Amino acid sequence: MAKVLMKGNEALAEAAIRAGCRAFFGYPITPQNEIPGYMAQHLPEQGGVYLQAESEVAAINMVYGAAGCGVRVMTSSSSPGISLKAEGISYIAAAELPCVIVNVMRCGPGLGGIHPSQGDYFQAVKGGGHGDYRLIVLAPSSVQEMADLTFSAFDLADQWRNPVMILADGLLGQMMEPVEFGDREPVRVEKPWATTGAQGRRPNVINTLDIVPESLERRNRALAAKYARIAQTEMRWHEYKTTDASLILAAYGTAARVARSAVDLARREGLRVGLIRPITLWPFPVQPFRELADGSRQFLVVEMSMGQFVEDVRLAVEGRGRVHFYNRLGGMVPTPREVLAEITAILAGGESR
Amino acid sequence: MKRVFDRPQSLADVPMHYCPGCTHGIIHRLVAEALDDLAVREKTIGVASVGCSVFAYDYFNCDMQQAAHGRAPAVATGIKRVLPDRVVFTYQGDGDLASIGMGEIVHAAARGENITVIFVNNAIYGMTSGQMAPTTLLGQKTATTPRGRTATDNGYPIRVSELLATLDGAAYIERVSTHDPRHVMQAGRAIKKAFTAQLERRGFALVEVLSTCSVNWGMSPQEALDWVRDHMIPHYPLGVFKNTAGEEGASHD
Repeated sequence: MAKVLMKGNEALAEAAIRAGCRAFFGYPITPQNEIPGYMAQHLPEQGGVYLQAESEVAAINMVYGAAGCGVRVMTSSSSPGISLKAEGISYIAAAELPCVIVNVMRCGPGLGGIHPSQGDYFQAVKGGGHGDYRLIVLAPSSVQEMADLTFSAFDLADQWRNPVMILADGLLGQMMEPVEFGDREPVRVEKPWATTGAQGRRPNVINTLDIVPESLERRNRALAAKYARIAQTEMRWHEYKTTDASLILAAYGTAARVARSAVDLARREGLRVGLIRPITLWPFPVQPFRELADGSRQFLVVEMSMGQFVEDVRLAVEGRGRVHFYNRLGGMVPTPREVLAEITAILAGGESR
Repeated sequence: MKRVFDRPQSLADVPMHYCPGCTHGIIHRLVAEALDDLAVREKTIGVASVGCSVFAYDYFNCDMQQAAHGRAPAVATGIKRVLPDRVVFTYQGDGDLASIGMGEIVHAAARGENITVIFVNNAIYGMTSGQMAPTTLLGQKTATTPRGRTATDNGYPIRVSELLATLDGAAYIERVSTHDPRHVMQAGRAIKKAFTAQLERRGFALVEVLSTCSVNWGMSPQEALDWVRDHMIPHYPLGVFKNTAGEEGASHD
């Protein structure tokens, strides 16, 4: 299929439908409104269900109900709306229901603003809801990846019986780029646990309550074991010109686009700079950071938040290399020139601010 | 010998955890009897809520989902929308449905969501040990209204059936009681009608069942049943508040 020019939000929605998503529950919030708009238009054409819920809280619980029936289901929102979904996300993780949750991040805290930000990093990868659980978190960096990773998200969710979050931002959602969908087929997984009516079998129960500590600890340990398997097998990242680099930029999503341009600018000036871009934020790609952090390299984290992503980079580098930090906040997007200035200062032996 | 009384197939053969005197067991049985009578057990998905009836998923012998506090109507919506030919019901208490879950129940009713809601109103939070509920009567003493509920401090108890009956999406709304055998039989008929409304795809159906909490009310089981008759029914009159198939306004005696 030929490339088409689409907004990131629309490409994501189209990929979801192609991946077999047959139910969408959402609530309006900027800057993700193209997703429910696209789903409202096109999901019913595929025999799917589109429903505008009365709140984010209701929407995520509708996702719980539909996911429990074994249907591929998605919701999308932006930062404040994801906070409202947090309780439901915890329940979905606890009940091990596959679904896709999209966060087209805007800036906060509070009502914040509608411009792009990466301020929900901790919320996405460290929890957000209550209790011990993990989301698989995918971070697209282009409109093509908005499509490709959304398709993967549905397969991963079914494969691992786990909610998957697409962590995008307002820039990726609103920008237009050429995108190609290809002829990818969803990986179909049997769901004998789904509540579809107990016809000729024992009843299925979707439940998150377990008030016997011994029993709940077993359940927690089983979840932890699943998360460990996911961490082993699903780490994804992309490296750009890292082999000979003495300074490695680390960034994801929109910040990684800027960082890549900064690497090109620096290379033109003969500076040996590379980029590592995590695609899975959880599981965090610890392995490539460990390999790059051989004592000879420094790192520069570029993020659009107050210093969240940088913590995981420091944990992965384990002190075997200085980790510098550059950020913009409040909906401001760093420019390649700004990042180049940081690179130049670091390589000249000066301090990054 | 002819067998004249048996456990409904839709009710699991397990001991229930409910307190002595509690009417949840009776109401569970009425729901199970309705599912049996309508022969829909194998295509039913129930949604348990948070509160005393949270373990309902262990007691009904059909597929079940357990929802977050107040969110059962949203969960049921998700189920019914993707499996429209199945029978979907929620079983919720008054704290769950009328307090934290008021948004979900109002919008499910307004959408005419084709589900059946069993709303058990005993005017108190039972599971958390007797706090004021949105349905607690004025003057009623609870753990959090130790001097009795006052309109000044706590506002007024909510009549959920009357409120939901104003919505166009509601197809069947009835309030019943479980304080004596005659009313229990009446409650059973109402519950069956509420499932029938769903099978006929008429929209949202809810039966509000007045119930007891002798432990947290500080009464004997018999005193509690009498209290329903003497104090709850005067504030929460029994009757059919909405029926798109006729019979509207037919109040019980």
